[in-house]
Amino acid sequence: MKLTLRVWRQKNADAEGAMSTYQVDRISSDMSFLEMLDTLNEELILNGEDPVAFDHDCREGICGACSLVINGDAHGPERTTTCQLHMRSFEDGDTIDIEPWRASAFPVIKDLVVDRSAFDRIIQAGGYVTAPTGAAPEAHATPVPKPDADFAFEHAECIGCGACVAACPNGAAMLFTSAKVNHLNVLPQGAPERETRVLDMVGQMDAEGFGGCTLAGECATACPKGIPLVSITGMNKEWLRATRKAGKR
Amino acid sequence: MARTVWDSSVGKKTVMAVSGLIMLLYLVVHMIGNLKIFFGAGEFNHYAHWLRTVGEPFMHYEWTLWLVRIVLVLAVVAHATSAYQLSRRDIKARPDKYVHKKPRASYATRTMRWGGIILALFIVWHILDLTTGTVHSGGFQEGHPYQNVVDTFSTWYGNVIYVVAMLALGLHVRHGFWSAAQTLGVGSRARDRALKTVANVLALLLTAGFIAVPVGVMTGVVS
Repeated sequence: MKLTLRVWRQKNADAEGAMSTYQVDRISSDMSFLEMLDTLNEELILNGEDPVAFDHDCREGICGACSLVINGDAHGPERTTTCQLHMRSFEDGDTIDIEPWRASAFPVIKDLVVDRSAFDRIIQAGGYVTAPTGAAPEAHATPVPKPDADFAFEHAECIGCGACVAACPNGAAMLFTSAKVNHLNVLPQGAPERETRVLDMVGQMDAEGFGGCTLAGECATACPKGIPLVSITGMNKEWLRATRKAGKR
Repeated sequence: MARTVWDSSVGKKTVMAVSGLIMLLYLVVHMIGNLKIFFGAGEFNHYAHWLRTVGEPFMHYEWTLWLVRIVLVLAVVAHATSAYQLSRRDIKARPDKYVHKKPRASYATRTMRWGGIILALFIVWHILDLTTGTVHSGGFQEGHPYQNVVDTFSTWYGNVIYVVAMLALGLHVRHGFWSAAQTLGVGSRARDRALKTVANVLALLLTAGFIAVPVGVMTGVVS
């Protein structure tokens, strides 16, 4: 395959960025999107140019490191992570636009790499359970009803890649935050911090400068793990419940 | 608690949802009331007068009406203020646009902000036209709403403003009602289809019901 790539190039956080055009040839349709970028970078290095910086780690679709907006879609045209996207999803001769996640809470560090530590701070605000750690506890010590376990697992699938923020017209982190809140709030292990968790995580989300939810639904469409839009409804419910309880105290 | 709600983006959305639902309830009543115009000047004017005597003898003349007006003004102010503040936050959170643009979300979703502004401007015109009579075409007659309505819809601009605003209202309610349910945490997978249907039916009935009046005047059914 022969492709034209238009890639966002930006030297550092303070520099002005712009789209640069590159041609890549001899791309196999079996390559992953990241392997295609590796090919481009090898060529750039051979020519003595600065390679395109992009985030990647496991390349198995489970770590949440890769993060590219491809032709206007977070993670590209398939419902998966960029690393699991293959070049067979494109046609020979295509022009592909590659941009970083766009949100003021995710500032660009270089080229296609953005700083997603705002997500870490949302997790630090309440995305954990205070339980003694050590050897795995006996599985039957804390019974969890099957529907609750399924619900928790569905939300635990969130890998924190930030595609929801990138796709949201308001740069909101509602889907990410709701996945984390719902995952822990439904489980008995998460019950002691049920109220403080949702209040603190939403508070941190606002403090990081993410936008609000307008129920556009773009986040759930972009999510490679299929976190549903109704997850946000669930978090709103938890937030209202916690606010009412806090008001009574 | 009020502080917590107002300071949070999720809380402010709650204010929008509740104030929106109050206005929506009012609109349903308003629309049904409007339809009485098809039963003649006598019935319509009598209904308009009754609105001033609701609750008597417990309530004094026009007390109920003013109570409704106060609640509505509070709802409009709360709705608009939270919409403005949330929009500011949203725009600030996404300062850089993507170079590769794609049409996003449904038309109703994308037009919530402009639709809201159109509706706010419409409300101002509507009150100046048919409540105070300040900008009314022809002589505004206090206590003769039937004739006033006919006068308004006998002008081309009266019809245009009204019909455009009612179409905007339909779109606004279509996304707004369903969104309010999500914001208040009453949406769920099982209920999603029902909520969307109710939103669409409400939007359609309100738009059709309101537009029926100018269409009635234009076609001569109401004169």
